[in-house]
Amino acid sequence: MSTIKAIRKNVTLSTIRRGIWDENPVFRQVLGICSALAVTNLLANTLVMSAGLFFTAAMSSFTVSLLRKYTPRDVRIMAQVLIIASYVICVDLAIKAYYPEISATLGPYVGLIITNCIIMGRCEAFAYHNPPIPALLDGAAAGVGYSVVLLFIAFWRELLGFGTLLGHQVLGDGFARWTIMVMPPGAFFMLGLTVWLFRSLLPPERRD
Amino acid sequence: MNGQPSAITVFIASIIINNILLTNFLGMCSYLSISKSVRPAAGLGMAVVFVMTITSALNYLVYDLVLLPLGLEYLRFIAFIVVIAATVQLVEMVMEKYTPGLYYLLGIFLPLIAVNCAILGVSLFMVIRQYSFVTSVAYGAGSGLGWALAIIALAGLREKMKRSRVHPALEGPGITLIITGIMALAFIGFSGMVPV
Repeated sequence: MSTIKAIRKNVTLSTIRRGIWDENPVFRQVLGICSALAVTNLLANTLVMSAGLFFTAAMSSFTVSLLRKYTPRDVRIMAQVLIIASYVICVDLAIKAYYPEISATLGPYVGLIITNCIIMGRCEAFAYHNPPIPALLDGAAAGVGYSVVLLFIAFWRELLGFGTLLGHQVLGDGFARWTIMVMPPGAFFMLGLTVWLFRSLLPPERRD
Repeated sequence: MNGQPSAITVFIASIIINNILLTNFLGMCSYLSISKSVRPAAGLGMAVVFVMTITSALNYLVYDLVLLPLGLEYLRFIAFIVVIAATVQLVEMVMEKYTPGLYYLLGIFLPLIAVNCAILGVSLFMVIRQYSFVTSVAYGAGSGLGWALAIIALAGLREKMKRSRVHPALEGPGITLIITGIMALAFIGFSGMVPV
């Protein structure tokens, strides 16, 4: 009995580890980066967006997995998109209700979680072939892996672009703001450098 | 037009000033994966222009004539994504039957487009900005052209880059993102050309 438990624990740990590090959606697979670029100019926006993505990724994987025996193969993509879209509507309404200002600045990017390839990818690659609980963990781990990289990028963009963190002044008045960091090109540079940094930490044979 | 920019302004602005890819970061997944050489990039670009123009018109009609009168705005995500998927399927079938030449050129890209976030993004932006019907279609077409312009330009740069030596960890997505950053910087030079 204890061996089965130990194996289960191992599988769970490896699922989580895979989502966060080994197959990190952003710097390993370079997926779903539209929102990674668009919402990372302020840490607060990024937190809200990450929470939304985490919830959607975990819950849609769970639901897709629950329904996997009743979904015909031919229409599975459409079914997955509709499941994801329903959760995104929940997230959108929740953000509108509790954080109206952030909802206004995020604009269409909450809705665009639907077409975020990370969620589709996890549903298609893992949830459709696995039981609900591992699927939930897998989706959640992908969500965490995505959020970690996003928060890392947002941290530097807000710090260097505005001299603030979560709206609090951190760098002194003498600090010259790097306005470029909060403009679109800064997002591309920062993500490029992040991908470079994380990939150079990996052993060469696994860089592809 | 109650303070709305004209359709022509929106059209030009969406190609170069508010480029959907370089300032709104939409459609990045296929932008990074299909930009290794110019030919497929141009094919994908054309398919995006085509689908974006059609879906922005259809989604405007769906939103204005069905969702708004019934008070179902919150269902727009589902409605738009269904319209886009159905349009892509329909376009694929019509093209296969009547214009096989074009079908062979664009065919393999069409299924990819259904999940291109730029297409859904255009529909969501036009609702948020409350464009009229003509402006929405102009915005859709312009954004498609802008996206195609960006991916073709990047593919050209990446073809040249095959001969340069890049740090192994920076190869692929890393250097592509940095090039895109420089392109975005260049496009900032256009801002102020047309009052938006």
